[in-house]
Amino acid sequence: MQIYLPIAEVSVNIFLLLGLGGIVGVLSGMFGVGGGFLMTPLLFFIGIPPAVAVATEANQIVASSFSGVLAHLKRKTVDLRMGTVLLIGGLVGSGLGITLFNYLKALGQVELLVQLCYVVFLGMIGSMMFIESLNAIRRASKPGGSVPKRRKHNWVHNLPFKMKFRVSGLYISVIPPLMVGVLVGVLAAIMGVGGGFIMVPAMIYLLGMPTKVVVGTSLFQIIFVTAFTTMLHATTNFTVDVVLAVLLLVGGVIGAQIGTRIGVKMKAEQLRIWLAIMVLAVCGKLAFDLLVMPNELYSLGTGGHS
Amino acid sequence: MIRLVALLLSLALPAKAEEIVLGLSKDEVAITATFDGSEILIFGAIKRDGPVEVPGDLGVIVTIAGPDEPVTVRKKDRRLGIWVNTESVEVDVAPTFYAVATNRPLDEILTPAEDLNTRISMQRAIRSIGATADNAQSFTEALIRIRGSQGLYQTIPEGVSVAEEALFRVLIPLPANLTEGDYVAEIYLTRDKQIIDLYTTTIAVKKVGLERWLYNLAHENPFLYGLMSLSIAIAAGWGASAAFSAFRR
Repeated sequence: MQIYLPIAEVSVNIFLLLGLGGIVGVLSGMFGVGGGFLMTPLLFFIGIPPAVAVATEANQIVASSFSGVLAHLKRKTVDLRMGTVLLIGGLVGSGLGITLFNYLKALGQVELLVQLCYVVFLGMIGSMMFIESLNAIRRASKPGGSVPKRRKHNWVHNLPFKMKFRVSGLYISVIPPLMVGVLVGVLAAIMGVGGGFIMVPAMIYLLGMPTKVVVGTSLFQIIFVTAFTTMLHATTNFTVDVVLAVLLLVGGVIGAQIGTRIGVKMKAEQLRIWLAIMVLAVCGKLAFDLLVMPNELYSLGTGGHS
Repeated sequence: MIRLVALLLSLALPAKAEEIVLGLSKDEVAITATFDGSEILIFGAIKRDGPVEVPGDLGVIVTIAGPDEPVTVRKKDRRLGIWVNTESVEVDVAPTFYAVATNRPLDEILTPAEDLNTRISMQRAIRSIGATADNAQSFTEALIRIRGSQGLYQTIPEGVSVAEEALFRVLIPLPANLTEGDYVAEIYLTRDKQIIDLYTTTIAVKKVGLERWLYNLAHENPFLYGLMSLSIAIAAGWGASAAFSAFRR
């Protein structure tokens, strides 16, 4: 059954969309990731215009993170103070990202920007995760292996404007969390992702936050930043397709429930290595498209004199 | 304008021996939520004062043109090992949809001069006036090729069937990715490669119902639309997870 998407202005099979939402949902449930970084490239592959894919995905992330953050608020695993600092950075970053996005759209280079961002970030995260989980598996098989110690103090602790974050038990400068927030905001605007895959490692390794508050706090920041991004895309580009978002979401929510149940039955190291392989595969496909001569050298953009 | 002149000229012919009488399968195409393309049947008859005594071959040309929109055609080139958009050409006159159907190959029923005046053929209908690049031709060809593969540009030689020099009919498929607007259908009658009659009519293509409403809201009141999208998405996400957990129990 085909459905005509009013904003994307293409006709797509409704079950394909529900299925895509479902598959990405299963994966995000299994691995505990947002899934935006998988969904947006998949939307490109099925022919949704990149600008619509990015904006709509931002809308979808708000909704899929919403129930997650409620659960974390109930368990009091959200550092609201840290979340707010990250959020301020995120809003600034999102604004910057949209400006860059619209500027490059006028130049006809926005697809390149989005693809390059994906290749770089997916490549980095994918290989880091792959190596880390390989090492973890190797350590697990060698019982005598020592666990590397994390440095407690690094350059982060020598910056000015210190602030107390009670829930996280930290007394650090606000500059690093602001910077992390800005970076995540830019990525949300350009790539249509929540940015959890950047923020979570940054919070653990760079800011030294305790793992139990990391996910809730990042979800808290993601909701507001993606909501802001959605509004910016909706008001400047008119590219948020609510029909597309709802279809992906319904598939995604159901998929996530199934994925969580599968995830419980699998080993953490195995899960991570599969996630790494998947991330690298998406990255590889995007890189391949950039490197290999395309079948059609020409492409059409909307006219106008921008 | 040129078409109007051609029309006036054809009207000014002393005794109009042959005339088109037209029928359309529909004069409106509604884009609904389940819209998956459509087709239009154009049929008609050739009315004559007397028996066929006009010499020369009969030609019937049917064109349908969607609303004009300028389009930027970009070309990729290899830079630093990756393929990026480099050159671009602005095509000023590019209908969002263009189909030309004829009863015989176009060059057998229309002189090049008439084509130049009326801009019937695909190559004439699409032009880039202000293009400065030397190879603007390859850009317009690319436009025709890309839109052709999407079913937006069609040349259907021998698509019009003519019965007994009096009745004609043609079926023109419309793809799913239509742009809204007034589509102009023109039916030309030619004898000896000269146009002797022209009939023009419009077909309205528009989004209806929910599609119409969402599209309008998104463009006229984007702030409200954004808020609505967010709340609908949150409600849908919440609802789906609540429904799923209720179902599990």
